[in-house]
Amino acid sequence: MNFPLEYSSGVMIIIGGFFFGYFLEASGLGSPRKLNAQFTFKDWSVFKVMFVAIVVAAVGLYLFNLLGWLEFDKLHVPTTFFWAMAIGGALLGTGLSVGGYCPGTSIVALFTGRIDALLFMMGMLIGVFLFAILFDTILPLYTAAKGPESQTLAQLLDVQTWVILAGLIVIAALGFFLGAKIESKHNSVIQAQDLDSRD
Amino acid sequence: MKNKQVKAFWSPLAAGIGLGLGLMFMFLIAGHGFGASDFFVRLSAFLSNALMPEWTEDNNFFFTFSGGYNPLNMWISWEIVGMALGALIGSFMSGRFRFKIERGPNIGVFARVALALGGGILTGFGAKLAHGCTSGLGLSGGATLAVGAYVFLIAFFIAGIVVSLITRRIWQ
Repeated sequence: MNFPLEYSSGVMIIIGGFFFGYFLEASGLGSPRKLNAQFTFKDWSVFKVMFVAIVVAAVGLYLFNLLGWLEFDKLHVPTTFFWAMAIGGALLGTGLSVGGYCPGTSIVALFTGRIDALLFMMGMLIGVFLFAILFDTILPLYTAAKGPESQTLAQLLDVQTWVILAGLIVIAALGFFLGAKIESKHNSVIQAQDLDSRD
Repeated sequence: MKNKQVKAFWSPLAAGIGLGLGLMFMFLIAGHGFGASDFFVRLSAFLSNALMPEWTEDNNFFFTFSGGYNPLNMWISWEIVGMALGALIGSFMSGRFRFKIERGPNIGVFARVALALGGGILTGFGAKLAHGCTSGLGLSGGATLAVGAYVFLIAFFIAGIVVSLITRRIWQ
């Protein structure tokens, strides 16, 4: 086998996107109330779903690379821009608290009937437009504190990749343990039935 | 009124495993993971170009997207079609599809709509600044163990938790 393949359009990409939309919907992450309950620690679904997905994909890619089925170097690994990513990440956390979504979940929300997601999307188009207007001013921040090309945690900490994977599994397990404790104490997980209103 | 036809959400573990396998599938066939915000970046550039071609051509950020450029001719547009289908089919088959403006019990429709727009503006700006969003940078970059993905995710969760101390009334 010789992964990655080089699809950039067509039915294969649609299938990939289908999995993305389907599992976000299935886990309830199209709901802004459920998404926001993570930030008040009442419902740990965002952390759990995201961290399990990261661990599954990271371990899977690691094994495929180990078996020689995948050239890991050909995968897109983003380069760090420390301040832009830290401030941008904080803006997305704020945007989710205020507006209810992040870009991906707003798409799932709209196609599960949530009209408010359409307003969030219009906001994003305006936000990108503001970025373009302010681009010359922001440029120094946008590219500040650039890290080494495609640097991974294993390279940064100078350890084997499996050590990082083991660390992520431990963090995920801790999140599940802590989350389950808090969720059962408050009985605060948002169920599909709780969201079943036609308002 | 509780509708008995509504199926429960998948457990986070099961949905997370499915999402992770889907993410791995995308990496194997395309060399990159999932994305979302870049679609809105390109759509914004496309609309700007349609409305104000000269200004867009002169803009140091948008000009890279202009000039006979077709926003549909990108992998991310195909992915968004798949996402929409996945969400639509999944929610219809589980009885979870509902037309509504989802909001907390203590907030009106107008306030919810205004906050959705405002939050969207912060998110659109922030996702472009961060060189990616929760999907493209946090989730997909996280799966490649990229340092930047974890810088993003830590900032995302800290800001979300802190701001939610003030905004929790919106949702509760």
